[in-house]
This record gives sequence, structure tokens and C-alpha cells, in this order.
Amino acid sequence: MEIIKKPLVVSVSPHIRSEETTARIMWSVSASLLPATVMGAYFFGPRAVGTVALCIIASVLSEHLYQKALKRASTVQDGSAFLTGLLLGLNLPPAVPVYIPVIGSVVAIVVTKQLFGGLGYNIFNPALIGRAFLVMSFPKLMTLWKEPAARFFLLDAQTTATPLGILKEEGAARLMEVFGDKMSMYWHLFIGNRGGSIGETSGLALMMGAAFLFYRRYITWHIPLPFLGTAALIAWIFGGNGRLFSGDPLLHLLSGGMILGACFMATDYVTSPSVRNGQIVFGIGCGFLTMLIRLKGGYPEGVMFAILIMNAFAPLIDRGFQSRVFGSGKK
Amino acid sequence: MPLSSFKGGIHPPDKKDLSAQKPITESRPPERVIIPLSQHLGAPAKPVVAVGQSVRKGELIGEPTGFVSAPVHSSVSGKVIAIGEFLNATGKMVPSVVIENDGNEEWTNLKDHPDYMNLSPEEMKGKIRDAGIVGMGGAAFPTVVKLSPPKEKPIDTVILNGAECEPYLTGDYRLMLERPSEVVEGLRILMKVLRVQKGFIGIEDNKPEAVASMKGAVSDDRSMEVCSLPTKYPQGAEKMLIKTITGREVPPRALPMEVRVVVQNIGTAFAVFEAVRFGKPLIERVVTVTGEGIREQKNVLTKIGTLIAHLIGDCGGLQNENMKVISGGPMMGFALSSLDVPVTKGTSGIVVMADDNIVHADSFGPCIRCGRCIDICPMGLMPSMLSIYAEKGLYEGAKEYGLFDCFECGCCAFVCPSKRPIVQLVRLAKSQVKP
Repeated sequence: MEIIKKPLVVSVSPHIRSEETTARIMWSVSASLLPATVMGAYFFGPRAVGTVALCIIASVLSEHLYQKALKRASTVQDGSAFLTGLLLGLNLPPAVPVYIPVIGSVVAIVVTKQLFGGLGYNIFNPALIGRAFLVMSFPKLMTLWKEPAARFFLLDAQTTATPLGILKEEGAARLMEVFGDKMSMYWHLFIGNRGGSIGETSGLALMMGAAFLFYRRYITWHIPLPFLGTAALIAWIFGGNGRLFSGDPLLHLLSGGMILGACFMATDYVTSPSVRNGQIVFGIGCGFLTMLIRLKGGYPEGVMFAILIMNAFAPLIDRGFQSRVFGSGKK
Repeated sequence: MPLSSFKGGIHPPDKKDLSAQKPITESRPPERVIIPLSQHLGAPAKPVVAVGQSVRKGELIGEPTGFVSAPVHSSVSGKVIAIGEFLNATGKMVPSVVIENDGNEEWTNLKDHPDYMNLSPEEMKGKIRDAGIVGMGGAAFPTVVKLSPPKEKPIDTVILNGAECEPYLTGDYRLMLERPSEVVEGLRILMKVLRVQKGFIGIEDNKPEAVASMKGAVSDDRSMEVCSLPTKYPQGAEKMLIKTITGREVPPRALPMEVRVVVQNIGTAFAVFEAVRFGKPLIERVVTVTGEGIREQKNVLTKIGTLIAHLIGDCGGLQNENMKVISGGPMMGFALSSLDVPVTKGTSGIVVMADDNIVHADSFGPCIRCGRCIDICPMGLMPSMLSIYAEKGLYEGAKEYGLFDCFECGCCAFVCPSKRPIVQLVRLAKSQVKP
């Protein structure tokens, strides 16, 4: 019986798929960083916007040109290069010379991502490697923190120290002096009115973005909560002046890149474990290493190196925390 | 009884409303039927008819050739016009008998047993074997083999699988609504054959009418219980069903009898009743013909061997060209390359996907290790790793990640944001290494 003229479509099961796509995830995560970007623009001005934009353009272009040069299909439309550029930009000081975003982007996209096989195969978070490269190559420029333009407080110079920098160099008492009192310090840290990287300062904006990602289930609690919880616990126990249990966990959570790192960087799918129990371990490791560096290390901030170090362990953690096979006795 | 379910699983759109309200109707008689001698798992049957021979409806045309095998019967009365290799739904050429239908519907002599419950378990089993009954959920494992557990593996529970967790399919649902007492009698027979005191009928809780209907049919029989199961694909997979209802976990690569359970499909139970009560062989089954791409969705009582093209013609034909036609459900069924293939004992449905629903497998991205597949894998595997190893040709590596524990339910490929053909890669790997 001839009832069809054109061939039927044949493919392997399953014949239905969910609507989720990699591109949708990447663009959604990028969108979730919009509040943090806006707050960065508000506090640090047009220069900051230019830095972020330059990172995005350089990242997308690096990916496109690299793939063209190797005669491969360009994958810039999947949004991952855009997201890497955005994250790199948000992790930079507001006022850097134009070559800084360009170099950072090339290191992030070409060296960290493409040379390792492209999306899905990189071991380390590209934006963080980009930043780490810049921190080590241009230590002066990368710690040139700008005072928020909308300032009600702080030193009178154009450049300033980050709260963590002050904490490290001059101690908690000086920090309190700068901000006035404790509540006002928390408030300024929470809305983002402090020195720091463009997108890391506003806890409020970052939490709004993270809430969106939780709602869409693009991220779960398994990494951020242990990350922040471990850091807070260590800050409380060991963060005081010589006395145990006298530290200020809230100060540590709201300063530096803690929230940006825990909710947007450590949760990067490619470079974190994919097994849930493993993610908890990964988060704890990140929190522990962050505080180790902050309290005992040479740098005032430790989020970046903590995540990068844990990135290296992600495959191992996945292996160690494989879920129990249905019906098998083990575990 | 609140049931705790298995870990993982997905909630695809069920699309059952397309055909759920359509009562079972008989298909227009086909001009000819192509009856494969291998419609079951195991050894193909051996033809016992010759070209030119007249056969009656229900007459034996192929006899089993081993323990794991099943006899095959004619679904029409007429004349054998060919015996040879014909295409089946999975794309293989299989030995088949072609019979021209004379339209007389002349039955062979069937042995009626009004007092069938007084038959001995062995007699019942003989009737089930002779009727050529196989699992009608899709796997088509000879039922009599499941009913013959070795002595050291005692069975204490029979479960009827009414989950029908595949989207679109409604054949079992209609049977439970229209023929509940026959299905229950089928379960009673299965319990007697296995000398079991406890029977369950598991139905997903998105089919409350079926639950009510079966509860009515079970009535006050304490040995049977109708269980309303959480709606979640693949609730109807044997291992998941057993876990939800009994809490027992079938060990990896073992059969349900390892945990003292036998699972049978609703359609199978119905066929068992007809075989034992009326002596009727398995020559017809309910096929759900559905999907957005067919003009009229139906639940059709179809003669085995009816060409799918005939069945589709019976349902008003295809909406368009360039369709995807699936034998079985959309999660585990086969896409057909030709419509001139027969309905077999394991054909639960024909789903015609409309243009805009078709997933094209031409492009997929790299694994971004989002972990969605790991979260939902009902077997607790890491499908992401299976797919990565298989893609790179590292089949032995895939084995370390439980390759052979995967039963290809397709949840992973369903949720994958990179649209990776995980099931296809798993099948490839399975074909390249020994278990």
C-alpha cells in the first residue's frame, strides 16, 4: 500500500526531548548576572561597563576566530563564550587598561577552554584562569581598586583598598573606622558600595541573580551552601583576633568574591563534579580553601584560587562519589 | 498504602488525552497478513504450513523450537501465499508466513473451559504455552518461561503492570476500563500457576478511572491489591515497578524472580485469561494508533500480522508527509523506515509524530557535565560518562560505568540539554564489548 511518497524520519529512541538546551542555560545564567552588572555600572561608572563589554567582545571574538582558524563550526551562539567574557569582566577591577580584558579573554577562551577541547572538556574555569593569569602577570594593575563613585564613606583618594585588603593589612578595627559602625558596614557590603571587582560587590544583586537560577533549577544548593557554610564556620571559629569563635562570618560572606564565586563560578557545570554528593564535598573544599587563603595566605582574597584548586579535583570527586547502582549492595 | 518510589525518573508530557477516551474498536479486516515466526525473545518458531495450504483462524503455523520460544498462529482464515524473509518493525528481515485473508473469519476448533479455575497449574501453563503468549508490553519474552522459575527461586508475588508509563499509549488503560474482570481473572490464573498468595495491579495515579475500575473488579478478593503508583517515567519498567510496590530491588542484570516476583503486562493477563478460558491463541492485540500526525487516534483491536500501513489507513491516514512513525512508545519505541511491516505480539502502539514534534538527531553538542542525566537515571548510573566514553570509542571504559546495567529507558537523552544521543551511544558500546 503506497500511502507515503517521501521517506519517513528515522532515529533512535527516545523520540521526544525536553526543551532545555545548552544555549538556553548559558544565556539564562548570563541574564542572571544582569543585576550584578547593573550595580557594578552604578557604583563604578562607565569605565566598568567598558571593561565588561570589552571582555565579552574579546571572549566571543577569540572563540569565533580560533574556530574559524581551525576550520571548525563556530559555537559562539551557544552563549558560553559570552558568559565566560561576562564573568571575567565582573571579576576585574573597574579601571584597567584596555589590553587587560583582551589578554584575560584570550587566556580564558583559547588557552583554558579551546586548547583543552572546547566546551565541556576544560578542566579549569576559563574566566578564573583568565583572571589568575592577569593577577600574576599584572599584580599592580589587578589590585588597583577604585572607590565607588556613589560614595558616602571611605578614604578620600581615587583608589582604595577592598574591605578584605584592609582587614588583612590593618585589621578589623580599621575597617570599622572606615565604615562607621557595624550595621552600616554590613549594609554597604550588602548593596555593594565598596571597593572590589566590578560584579562582586553587591550581595543583593548577586542574590537576586542566584535566586533566579535556583528557581529555574540551573543551580542547586549542593555547591553554594556547603561553600558559604564552611567559609562562614571557619570565619567564625578562626577569623577573630587570636580568640577562637570571635570572627565575623557575615563580613567574610559579604566581602570579596564570596557570593559571586559560590553561586556563579563554583557552580560552573563543566568544571565542578556532576554527582550530587560530590558537589557537597566540592563546595566544602572551596569554602575551606578560600578561608585558608584569606586567613593564612599571602593574598587578602582566596575565592579564585580555592575554586581553581577544587576544579582540578572535580573528576576525581565524581569518580569517588558515584551513586549506587540500582539493586547493587554496595554503599 | 503510600508508596515510596524509585530514585530519578522524568515527567514527559503524557499526551494520553489524544486517545484515552477512544473505546477499543476492531480494525477493518486486512487483505493479507505477514506473520513473523520470530515475534518473541528467543528462538524463532519453525513453520508447520506450506505455501498454498489453507489455514483457519487460530491455527498453528509455527511451532516453538526450544524452551525460550513461542508458537505462532494464523490471525485470519485463508491461504498461505508465501513463506520467506520479510521486514519487521525493528528493521530486520525475519522469517515470516504471509496469509491471504478470505474474510470468512473461520475459527479452528478451540477448547472451551468454563470451569477453568479447576484446571491444575500445569494444565493452565500448557494452555498459556500453546497459545503462544509473550509479554505484550514490548519486550515479548515468552510468558511461559516467566511462569517456570527454577525450584530454588520460589515466587511469592505476581504484579500486573498497568503503569503504561510511556507517553501516548492507552491500550492497557482501555483494557482496564473495558475488560477489568477478564484482566483480574488473568491475574488469578497467573497466581494459581505460580502458586502465589499475593497479586498486585500497579497503575500510575494519572489514571484514576483505571484504578477505580480495577478496584471494582478485584472487589473483596483479599489476595489482590490495586496500587496507585506515582506517575513518573519509567514507572512501568519491571525493576522500578517492583521497587515501588514491594520495596525490593532486583540486583543488577538479574531477573525479577531473584526477588521472588513475576511481572506481567495488563494485555498479557487478558490474553492469559482468553487462552485458559476459551483456548484462544494470541492472534490479536490492542494497538494504540495515536500521535499528532495521524488523522484519527484510536485504540484498535488488531490482528497480528496486519501491516502498519493498513492500520494507519484505518485511522484516516497520515496528516502530512515526512512524518516519524514509531512502533511502541516515544521513549523506547522504534522509528519505522517502512510502513509495510506487520503488527506483532509486542506492538503496543503506533505513534505518528507530526513535523514540529520530530526530534532530528543531526546535531548535538558536547557534554557540559550538567549532571541532569545522573540525577534522573533510575538505575543510578552516570549516562554522561557512558556517552563520553562511547563517543570516543573507549568501550571498555564505558563498561566500568555500568554500561550493561542500562536498560535504555531514554530518560538521560530526554533531559540532555546538549541533545546528545546517549541511548544510541550506549547501544553502540554494548555492541562492541562483551558484558
